[in-house]
Amino acid sequence: MNSSQNLVKELTCVRCPLGCKVRIEYTAKKEVIDVSGNKCPRGREYAIQEISDPHRILVTSVKVKNGKYNLASVKTTDAIPLRLFDEAMKIIEKIVIEAPVNRGDIIIKNLLETGVDLIITRSVERL
Amino acid sequence: MKYKTDVVVIGGGAAGMAAAYRAKKEGVKVILLERDEDTGGVLNQCIHNGFGLQYFRKDLTGPEFKEFAKERLEDIEILYGTYVLEVRKDKVITFVDKRGIHEIETKALVMATGARERHFNSLPVPGKRITGVFTAGLAQRFINLENLKPGSKAVILGSGDIGLIMARRLTLEGIKVEAVLEIMPYPGGLERNVQQCLKDFDIPLYLSHTVIAIEGDRRLEKVIAAEVDYKWDPIPGTEKEFEVDTLITSVGLIPQTKPVDFAEADPGFLVSNTNQTSEEWIFAAGNCTVIFDLVDYVAKEGEKAGKYAALYAKDEYKQGKKVKVRKGENIGVIHPAYIDPTQESTLYVRVSKVFDRASIKIEPLDVEVIEDEARPPEMVVIKLKPFDENINEIEVMADELISKLG
Repeated sequence: MNSSQNLVKELTCVRCPLGCKVRIEYTAKKEVIDVSGNKCPRGREYAIQEISDPHRILVTSVKVKNGKYNLASVKTTDAIPLRLFDEAMKIIEKIVIEAPVNRGDIIIKNLLETGVDLIITRSVERL
Repeated sequence: MKYKTDVVVIGGGAAGMAAAYRAKKEGVKVILLERDEDTGGVLNQCIHNGFGLQYFRKDLTGPEFKEFAKERLEDIEILYGTYVLEVRKDKVITFVDKRGIHEIETKALVMATGARERHFNSLPVPGKRITGVFTAGLAQRFINLENLKPGSKAVILGSGDIGLIMARRLTLEGIKVEAVLEIMPYPGGLERNVQQCLKDFDIPLYLSHTVIAIEGDRRLEKVIAAEVDYKWDPIPGTEKEFEVDTLITSVGLIPQTKPVDFAEADPGFLVSNTNQTSEEWIFAAGNCTVIFDLVDYVAKEGEKAGKYAALYAKDEYKQGKKVKVRKGENIGVIHPAYIDPTQESTLYVRVSKVFDRASIKIEPLDVEVIEDEARPPEMVVIKLKPFDENINEIEVMADELISKLG
């Protein structure tokens, strides 16, 4: 195969703090030719997703009423498309929940039809 | 009030929680002193994920890591809202809380006091000391714990991990980040954070740049930056002006060793592979020794400190021979400073420059580790087995590995 017609992207895998340097070679039609540099299968998965539609875990916080803290941190249970971050933040910033809340409580089910939930990562006791 | 215990742990962050948990497992009595109203330290405000992959084998956010670690402390006496005033050589610790001043008589101590942020005011930058200048950790606390917005347009000085994380956090909260400035020619944080915090949001990173002046009347109005040469002197004609109301600084952490001033430190506690300081009953772990990249390393170090402190309290571990660990060529940071050769050890190494492919050698142990793209911001971890007690010191050095194929 003539590699000069293919595209190459050098990426830093963000699936864990090891930050493998992953090199992906692909065609203009996004067909994968080769993935190298990854130390585990998640690196390959990451590289392939990265050239088509990058996904990230979204972390932020929601307001809490009558709690020991004013905020409870939240995260998506899996990575969602980065392009949806703005839209997701607009929904999340309007949320106010009532204490107590516990780690793992689902705040939004199936966020923006991604199949991913938004869950609490900090338990907040009632004041 | 007077307390009596086997092990005292000062500081309830990642290191202190792990130390208390592990010491308790050895069957000794443990008291954990925490300054705040809750344990967790900086984990509470680090709401991003990426913690715990090595330690809990799960991808956790800071608050989740804290809750997992805290669930293991159920039968440990934790004294909240306490501030340690004095640690005496006769093993008496004095602390204050809202009930008054108290003393603890102990057999061993684990210092897990973490680090403090270096402040902008300690940098030689001219300009008035106006409002609008925050350390990254303070801005993080405001946004993630107190629901306060530090400003509306920001420049971040320093591309360490907290600086990068805050660039993303500010952006998501609608605060425009005009630039991240880094005085070094390479980013100060992990590569993954450069990708997911800056590149993902098109935030410009200016390498070899620093702030040369700030302007404003009461509130920050302008940050003036410039490119620097290899001596970090600003290059005339390269000035850039940013009209922002907020400057966030991420310019380093300083290990916190107070109030123990009689144990060897530089600037953090110098410890052995068993986390023992120069005072044989005092152990130390986490960012009060050296600044670690990952909380996972801090927790592992904490466990080790807790284990050996408990063994010491039970008279089952004494100070053995201490082999000095020397920083050789191209090594910036080495931890621990000493090794008890009868025990296993984990070395944490920072190289002092960027390598394509580094060969890190430990002599005379004949250990070599090859590390691709070794950079000062990313610690290299090397495990060592117990070794010959007749060795007086070991030296760690790094060199560029020249490809034999070239």
